[in-house]
This record gives sequence, structure tokens and C-alpha cells, in this order.
Amino acid sequence: MRTTRRDFLKIGGVCGLVFLVFPTVKGLAAGEGQESLIRKLAMMGQEGSSSVPSRAGTREIKWGLLVDMEKCWSRVDCVECILACRREHNIPDIPTPKEEIKWIWKEPFANAFPEQEHEYLPEALGEKPVVVLCNHCDNPACVRVCPTKATYKRADGIVMMDYHRCIGCRYCMAACPYGARSFNFRDPRPFIKETNPSFPTREKGVVEKCNLCVERIDAGLRPACVEACPAGALIFGNLEDPDSEIREKLRSFLTIQRKSELGTRPKVYYALP
Amino acid sequence: MLVKALKGSPRYWSWMISLLMLMGVGFICYLWQLNQGLTITGLNRDVSWGLYIGQFTFLVGVAASAVMVVLPYYLHNVKAFGRITILGEFLAVSAIVMCLLFVIVDLGKPMRLFNVLLYPTPNSILFWDMVVLNGYLLLNLIIGWNVLEAEYKEVSPPKWVKILTYISIPWAISIHTVTAFLYAGLPGRHYWLTALMAARFLASAFASGPALLIILCFILKKFSRFDPGKEAIEKLSAIVAYAMIITAFFVGLELFTAFYSQVPAHGTYTLMYLFAGLEGHGKLVPFMWVFVVLAALAIVLLVIPGTRQKESTLLLACGATFISLWIEKGLALVIAGFIPNPLERVTEYAPTLPEALITLGVWATGLFMLTILYKIVISVKEEIA
Amino acid sequence: MRVPDFKYILIGVGAFIFLFSFPFWYNAGRAATAPAPDLNTPTINELEIKECVEPTDFMRANHMRLLNEWRDRVVRQGERVYVSTSGKEYIMSLQNTCLACHSNKAQFCDECHNYLRVTPDCWSCHLESKGK
Repeated sequence: MRTTRRDFLKIGGVCGLVFLVFPTVKGLAAGEGQESLIRKLAMMGQEGSSSVPSRAGTREIKWGLLVDMEKCWSRVDCVECILACRREHNIPDIPTPKEEIKWIWKEPFANAFPEQEHEYLPEALGEKPVVVLCNHCDNPACVRVCPTKATYKRADGIVMMDYHRCIGCRYCMAACPYGARSFNFRDPRPFIKETNPSFPTREKGVVEKCNLCVERIDAGLRPACVEACPAGALIFGNLEDPDSEIREKLRSFLTIQRKSELGTRPKVYYALP
Repeated sequence: MLVKALKGSPRYWSWMISLLMLMGVGFICYLWQLNQGLTITGLNRDVSWGLYIGQFTFLVGVAASAVMVVLPYYLHNVKAFGRITILGEFLAVSAIVMCLLFVIVDLGKPMRLFNVLLYPTPNSILFWDMVVLNGYLLLNLIIGWNVLEAEYKEVSPPKWVKILTYISIPWAISIHTVTAFLYAGLPGRHYWLTALMAARFLASAFASGPALLIILCFILKKFSRFDPGKEAIEKLSAIVAYAMIITAFFVGLELFTAFYSQVPAHGTYTLMYLFAGLEGHGKLVPFMWVFVVLAALAIVLLVIPGTRQKESTLLLACGATFISLWIEKGLALVIAGFIPNPLERVTEYAPTLPEALITLGVWATGLFMLTILYKIVISVKEEIA
Repeated sequence: MRVPDFKYILIGVGAFIFLFSFPFWYNAGRAATAPAPDLNTPTINELEIKECVEPTDFMRANHMRLLNEWRDRVVRQGERVYVSTSGKEYIMSLQNTCLACHSNKAQFCDECHNYLRVTPDCWSCHLESKGK
């Protein structure tokens, strides 16, 4: 009995050695196939990036969104942007509010901007709907806390989710001060009314949120909500370009942001009438 | 030594079988959760962490049972703790195992758990919590096991064990600090956003861990020939007394800053929700007042020398400490941190039955492990006595 | 060693060997038919040159690695276009490129995956083509 531990260590050591050596041997044996794959992958990397410049890789772009409140409020009960987003991204319509998936939705002004509320705020204003969505913060708390880099900020400022990597810990939901993140408490597929065949769905157990229509932006299109707005209230553009429409609007309007005091530096602006 | 856990009285076996049954029920519920998703819990998009993460937070504190006996014994030569350091360490082991299990049952995609290792992310506090908790688990398991084995063979433990023990002391501080940082570093969660959070975690941990250890010592004394020694219990109860007073003091500091400054961003609404209810919602109000009463009772019983030294009142004080801190950390801190939500609305949370059964199953797993470890300790101690 | 112990050990070892080898002799002589992935889809039939993004041999062995590479490049780097070794450009998309031609998941993807008993979870999110 006294020697068992020493024996165990010996066996363990031998096993460890095998684990170290085996992959090398295996690699040598499979030399040819491995090499061609590596060459292929390397070539993919070079040619892919040189012939087609990726818009995400450039630092001269920082996408932003401006909501022209006057134009938005000119159309009472309009939900075109929300519906367009829902169709584009296969967002389920889950009846229980506690498990709702929301990318872009409406909140009363007083809830979206609690710090703007005061006693004599016109009641009508406090109740007026404001479209809210992920702010694609320049300093995103959700990205800071994610333990797997499943959520991250692209070079062009879009805060993205990699649904392949999310472990569903929901730390990002605790970190987001805007309530812009939703968790798939159940399989979303049965709740998708009409599916967009060119965009994936999500699965149960992952967190999701607005992706600023990255799939459209990369194809040179504007986000679906911007495209769908019949009032032209949503202005999308490059914040780094001083001549862009969004920068023009930012110069000529008084704009506010949601909870800018938290240092998250949102990139969604609200232009007051 | 493990074989010693296989010999026991019928009472031991019926206890173990009841735990196994609870574990089984919890496991079945967990399979159901895997199949259906977290929809079977009471969690929602506003209160996205609940009972599971609450238990995790509380049990990190319970793991302080180790450092609160190891530190006086190794750094201050408090000989009285010699007999119970191993009990503190093994309690920490079981507590950390429960912590890790509670994190796993909370995950939406548990099969992707190892993504945390595959894509290590040093800017995430959760990554560091994984590191410190696993490290602390290993430290205590290795130290405890080697010390016990040396005791069994009636030799002195190897030198490296002592080095590990010294490492484990600051390491213990890290588990509470890092777990507090999980909460204290989030913008927009006013109740959590306080520099006092780590200090609060340490204080309440130093109360709840040793309190449970005292209760366990009395149980062991009753069911075996093991005697922790009067002096050890007295010293431990003094630690609980100080830690409990500091915990209450820290809660008072939070209340002062919130209500005197009257700045909503200092968690005022959350505290109102906890102690009085908000917009007609107040599921946690009764719990909070039980917390206040039990904490006050514990402090009174622990401060008065007569009640602190008497076995029955000390047990009552320790029970009150444990339950009150379970309410404060295991329920209120995590749940109420999400209330009101970022859009200034109150969405309440209450665990569902399967969620409670899974929670119970994890607790049973921890107790099962603790019983095995303690059984080995007691058998060894009885044998060499 | 006492004899009674030996008896129990023998029973245990016997039971282990029986259970461990069960799949081998239970399935002996019942080899599953080799998979035959089907390329007969309207889109493929219309193609003048029937070729995938890379040579068939490479795809057969490495499609999963290629897809992982595509996934990371699209999702994480924001690159959308793949230049194949033959110099052709493709949009990197399982749903919109691969499945546009291979619109017969059951006869193409599942054929081998079932044979090999692998269950890739692509389709819990990516929608399989409705076919034409």
C-alpha cells in the first residue's frame, strides 16, 4: 500500500510524456495533408484581405445613428423600423414579456431618459415613445465583462455578438446600462413568424442584441431600420467623416444621449425638436 | 484514506442516501433545464441572475472558513485552532465546489464552458474569478489532504505544504475581492457600484464561514468522539462577533450614503425596494426585515460574553448569523441589484420549483462531499487519538 | 490473495469485457452502407463547371475547418469575400453560399454526418435551404 502513490506518479509521468510526444508523431505521420491545408489557409489570409479591403478593418470609420425625434413623432404609432428589424434578423415574437427578445423597441421618453425627467416636464413628452436600441458604445461595458470575447467591438465601432462562442453567462446583461441585451431563455424558432432565409436565427442559451445590421453595412447597405423609416427620422453614417449627414445633423441640432454620465460613450444620438 | 468514508453507522448511510436522493432530483430537474432552457427558472430579461448566482456569491463567503482558522494558526501561532484547521479547509473545498456548480447550472450553454479557457480574457472579472476560485479549491484540497495524511501516518507534513498554506492566506482574500468586483465594476447598477463592496464581502465572509464552522464543530462533537476544544470555539465565536458587527456597520454606511445624499445613483431605489417595497412590489421586504432582526439578534448574543460562551445561545447566534447573511448575499444582493431595471421599471423575480430543486441538489452535492471529507477526518482523528 | 476475492475479480473482469466489446460483436456483419452524398440539386445541375469553392478532395476532408475559418473571418474580422486557390471570389456564408448549391441537407450533409455519427450544431441557428 505504501508504494501506491509512487507508482501512480510514475504511471502519471509516462502518460504525460505520451501526451507530449503523440501529437508530434501524429503531425509527422500526417505531414503532407497538414502542410497543404496550412498553405491553403495562409494563402486565404493574404489574398482575401488584399483583393477585397474589409470595411471593418479600417479605423477611418465609426458608425453612428441619429434619431430625429421631431420626424419620428410626426408619425404616431409607427413601428416600421421595429418590424423591418424583426423581419431582417429573424427575431422571435415571444409572448411572455419576461423573455422578450428586443433589438429595437419603443420606450416612453421618461423611461429612456430618466435623468431628463422633472416635475414640470410636459406629461405628453414623458409619455412620448422613443426608439431605443443597442448604443454601440465606444466604451462598452458588455465587452469589458465578457469572459470569452463572445461580444466585442469591431474596428468600425459596431459592438458585435459571436453567437458561436457565447456561453450564456449573462454577465453582459448585468453590465449593459441600457437593457439592450436579451437572453434566449428558450428555443426562439417556434416564435419566428416569417423567416428571412438569408439570415440565421439564434438558439436557446445565448444572449443577443442589435448588430446595427452589420451584414448589410458590410454589403454597402444602410441598416434595415434606417431604410424602413418612412419619416426619414433615422440618420446613419460615419461619425469620423466631418462631411457626413450625421455629422451635419449633430452640428445643427441639440442632441442628447442615454446615460452619457456613465462614461460608456454611446454612438446613438437623439436630436430634440 | 478514502476508504474510511465507506464504513459508517446506519445513521451515516441514511444521511448519505437522503443527500443522494436530493442530488438525483436536482439532476433530473437540471436535465429538464438543459432540454427546455432557462425558461423553467424564474429568471427574466430584467432580473437575469437569481437564486443560482446568489448561492454562488454567498458560498464564496462561506469558503472563508478556511482562512479564518489558518491565518491565526500559522501567522499568530494560535494553537487552539490546530485541531480544526482541517475542518475549515475542507468546508472551504465543499463551498467552492458548490460555487462552481452554481455557476455551471446558471449557464445558458454549459457545454461551451471551456470557452473561458480557450479564449482567456483578462479584462473580464469572471475570468479572474474562475482563476482564483479554482486555485483556492486546489490549494485547500492539496493542503488539507496532505496535512491529514501526515497526521494519519504520524509524521510531520512535507515542507511545501506549509508554503502552500502561506500562499492560501492572501489567496483567500482574493476570492472575496474578485467576486465583489464582479458586481462593483458595472456601470448603471447603482446598488452594486460601490467601493465598499469588496470590504463588505470580506466582512460578511468572515462571519458566515466561521459561524457555519462552529455549528459543524458542535455537530461533530455530538455524533463522534471528536472534540474541537473549548478554546477554539471561543476564539472562532469572537471572530464571528467582530465580523458580524463590521458587516452591520458596512450595511449602515450604504444606507447613510444613499439616504442622506439622496442621490438616486447611490442605490436609493434598490434599498427602498428591499426595505419598504417599490411601486407596489416588495417580495424581498419580509426577508430583509428577517435579516435585520436576525443580524441584530446575532450581534447581541455574540457581544454579551455570557451568551457567547454558552453552547445553546452561541449556536443560536451562529444560526442567526448564517441565515441573515444568506438572505443578504444569497438573495437580496444579487436579485435587488437588478431592481429597478435600466429603464426604471420594477420587474420582480421569484425562483420556480425546478430552480429551487436544482439549487437544493447542488447544496446536497456540497454537503455530500463535506460529509465524506469530514468522515475521513473524524475517522483518522479517532484512530490516532 | 484469497480465493473468494479472485472469483469476484474474475466476474468483474468478465462483465467488463462483455460490456466493452458489446458494440463490436453486436454490430458485426451489419456494416452500414457507405455514404453517397447527393449533388443532384437544381442549382448544381445548372452549373456549367461543377466545382465547389475548393477541390472536392479538399472539401471532403476539410470543409469543417474551412467553415470555422469563414465563421471567424466574417463574424470577427468583418471580411466577407473568400478568394479560392483558383482565384475565384465567393461570399463567405454557410447559409447563402454553401446551402444555395447544396440545398439538399438531408441527402448531402446528413448523409456523411449520420454515417460518421457526428452531429454538428450548425442548424440550430443556420437555416437549411427550403430548396427550389
